[in-house]
Amino acid sequence: MRSLHCIVLVGLAFVLAACGLAESPVLDPKGPVTEIERNLMLETLAIMMIVVIPVWLMAAWFIPRYRATNKKARYMPNWQSTGLDAVTWLVPAAIIVTVGTYVWIYTHKLDPYKTIETESGAEPFVVEVVAQDWKWLFLYPDQGVASVNELVFPSGVPLELIITSDTVMNSFYVPALGSQIYAMAGMQTELNLLAWEPGKFVGRNAQYSGKGFSQQYFDVIAATQEDFDAWVETVKQSGLTLDDATYQELAKPSTAHPITHYASYEAGLFDTIMMKYMHAPGHMHGAVTGVEE
Amino acid sequence: MLGRLTIDALPFYSWIAMGGAGVTVLGGVVIFVLLTWFKKWGYFWSEWLTSLDHKRIGVMYIALALLMLVRGFVDALMMRSQQAFAYDSGGYLPAGHFDQVFSSHGTIMIFFMAMPFMTGLFNLIVPQQIGTRDVAFPFMNSLSLWFTSSGAGLVLVSLVIGKFSTAGWTGYPPYSGLEYSPGVGVDYWLWAVLISGIGSTLTGINFIVTILKRRAPGMTLLRMPLFTWTVLVSSVLMAFAFPALTVATGLLALDRYLDMHFFTNADGGNMMNFISLLWIWGHPEVYILILPAFGVFSEVVATFSRKALFGYKSLVFATAAIGILSFSVWLHHFFTMGAGANVNAIFGIATMIIGVPTGVKVFDWLFTMYRGRITFDPTMYWTIGFIVTFVIGGVTGVLLAIPPVDYLMHNTTFLVAHFHNMIIPGVLFGYVAGLIYWFPKAIGFQLSAKWGIRAFWCWIIGFYLAFMPLYFLGLLGMPRRMERYEIAAWQPYLIIAAIGAAVILAGVVCMAMQLLVGIKEREKTRDLSGDPFNGRTLEWLTSSPAAPYNFAVIPKVDSLDAFWKMKVDGTAYQRPSGYTDIVMPRNSSLGVIAGAFSFVLGFAMIWYIWWLAALSLLVIGIVVVVRSSMENTDYVITADEVAAIEEQRFNDLARVPRHDTGDPAASPQAAPAPGSAS
Repeated sequence: MRSLHCIVLVGLAFVLAACGLAESPVLDPKGPVTEIERNLMLETLAIMMIVVIPVWLMAAWFIPRYRATNKKARYMPNWQSTGLDAVTWLVPAAIIVTVGTYVWIYTHKLDPYKTIETESGAEPFVVEVVAQDWKWLFLYPDQGVASVNELVFPSGVPLELIITSDTVMNSFYVPALGSQIYAMAGMQTELNLLAWEPGKFVGRNAQYSGKGFSQQYFDVIAATQEDFDAWVETVKQSGLTLDDATYQELAKPSTAHPITHYASYEAGLFDTIMMKYMHAPGHMHGAVTGVEE
Repeated sequence: MLGRLTIDALPFYSWIAMGGAGVTVLGGVVIFVLLTWFKKWGYFWSEWLTSLDHKRIGVMYIALALLMLVRGFVDALMMRSQQAFAYDSGGYLPAGHFDQVFSSHGTIMIFFMAMPFMTGLFNLIVPQQIGTRDVAFPFMNSLSLWFTSSGAGLVLVSLVIGKFSTAGWTGYPPYSGLEYSPGVGVDYWLWAVLISGIGSTLTGINFIVTILKRRAPGMTLLRMPLFTWTVLVSSVLMAFAFPALTVATGLLALDRYLDMHFFTNADGGNMMNFISLLWIWGHPEVYILILPAFGVFSEVVATFSRKALFGYKSLVFATAAIGILSFSVWLHHFFTMGAGANVNAIFGIATMIIGVPTGVKVFDWLFTMYRGRITFDPTMYWTIGFIVTFVIGGVTGVLLAIPPVDYLMHNTTFLVAHFHNMIIPGVLFGYVAGLIYWFPKAIGFQLSAKWGIRAFWCWIIGFYLAFMPLYFLGLLGMPRRMERYEIAAWQPYLIIAAIGAAVILAGVVCMAMQLLVGIKEREKTRDLSGDPFNGRTLEWLTSSPAAPYNFAVIPKVDSLDAFWKMKVDGTAYQRPSGYTDIVMPRNSSLGVIAGAFSFVLGFAMIWYIWWLAALSLLVIGIVVVVRSSMENTDYVITADEVAAIEEQRFNDLARVPRHDTGDPAASPQAAPAPGSAS
């Protein structure tokens, strides 16, 4: 697999150069999730060339060779071959068995709900995420601060995002860091990511959500621990508090909402938002993570 | 009295919307004036609209599909041009309007272009290909057509009166619920899909029964032409999948109209259930559309390679396997919804298993060309273009079936590129090939080959230009459905994609020329033999176009490629000893009436005009009762009339040379296949 990997990466370098894709967050990952997902994609792509290249070669060979005007080519109007017939089943089947094995292993390995383990054994840094029309609210339970359209966290530390929606379905997506996951009202999903190095990336909603959808993107900033602490200090000096009234105002639809910092927010706000949609007696959302009444 | 229908429903909110409305109204007016001017209303009504002849119903279906293809394509042009300019600016389409455009594009292309095109081909060919005179339920066939047309009519009207949905062609709640989409848009989408979906369910049932019960004597299942096989499997999928769509959209309608809470955010609604139900229909739908196209490619590649299809049984088995597997994969549409790793992995693997029978098919078509005598009819261009391009879509499909890759690429333009890679070369190229291939059978003369080949080149080049950049844009992290964007690196790709759309536009123009030049030169290409391409299957035994009864005498079948065998044996055009009276279904206006009132019903429901809805429902009910209690629904073509028509046919046949079915290079070691000349 290693050598295949190298070949793919060299090939990729050419593609990158040719297409100017060097800025691609997917092909130039900033964290382990995107990296493994990208490598998985490229390796599978390489394996499937076992079918694709013969198809193209056969098309390039048969079509001019067996044109009706070429009387030199052999004509066997009833030609069949059981052996070849078997090969046409076995080759794709073998490929799918291989790729299927990958699917099983990597789907478990890259389960978005699985906490990412680092060598230092660092505890995950938790952020609660709420999708709104058309912006993202981030709650930092350990720091007690909140921000809109700006997600800041320490790099090198596993990031654990607890996600819900206070509006229609959204999809939380930071391509440079990996997997996306849906945000749904009354339900809670989870996403685990990690940024290797400090850096600034783009995050957005990938699931169409109405008029402001196209401008529903946010800054994702992986910071050093010092920078992060400094950022928390700035937020704390913002003077704004996300109390109930402020929240109601914030939750109203707005397009291209500016980055906003809140020095504090009401304890349990995330759960309050979730419970808003779970009040019906006798009805319980089949929450993915098993959030029960 | 008029519910929520007021003067505000007219599209004065934007010049572009008004332009679209103007073109739609003008088109209707032009058709109306032309029919009146040439006094063709009577002919149009009695010969076409009320016809129960499956061939005419087929032609009308395809006419509808081509009209909607143009409409859906205009939407595509608008999206591509918008995105080419929309870097850090609003472009020329405001958000709400752009969102209507992508929603109507998807809805039209799936429900009102691909489905009618496919059903049209079923109707044109299947009865003739299995050696029968009609479909099992001719009136139901007419109902299906008019329900589909009424759904299409609702989408067209939404451009003039009110707005269309902005929720995309899949209409995910809770966005499509009343809380977030209070206008008429989602209702237009709902009723168009509901009404046409019932038509599709009926079509599925009709063709299952037709194929299983009405085959010519001797045509066992494993002697059925491959197109018929794909139609059978596709019809089974339609009959099982479309009810799921009807339930999903029906429940959403209950949410919107009666304040129930199946899929809302509040009061126990669960949006995941809609998405699951929708894709229980939606994934089989992909195979409903593509299998008949595979059938067309199979027929075309055998005919124009002058060779028996390689691996017929493999192809049949692969078709059936795809049909069954198609119901086991729907969850891959929402890998990113937070299901556990086991569930995602199992559905991922189930999805990629479909790659195996699909791969088999690609190889079988290639081996059919191997050691053949390929002639490069336009249909072969479309087939070869398909094979070469489709494998790219297959590969990206397997990539998206890997859950971790999907976590990264889902909802991006990579996905958009992938499914257009399946639907354009896979489905549309197949239908276009089928239309060109069977056009002489349906109409009596051939389309212009020169313009057909030009159309192909524009389409294929345009396709690569328009969609390969979208794969790269997906890698650049661009989500689908963006009306503006802030990342400069995306723009060059979007400009190339827009150029691609313009090249496809040239392809559409070439297709129109193909038809017009074909009509102009019809005397040169008129098909007197009924078998212009040296075909292998029974539909080529009838005249072009076939008599109302298709076959004066029902043929007997004793092998695969039955017609080819008849030609080899010299029994293809023998005069029968005599003719008998033939009973055929009489025209009926009830199908058109039911369709028209289903349109009124939908329109009334969309605008909350309850009395009109009740009235039209009543009329539809009366139509059903009247038709069910009618006893005299047939007419008789007497033996003398049949003899006269057939006499003309034999005179025509005497004027044209016979095709060569000789086999000069027949190889002794090759196993003789049924219907062979050796």
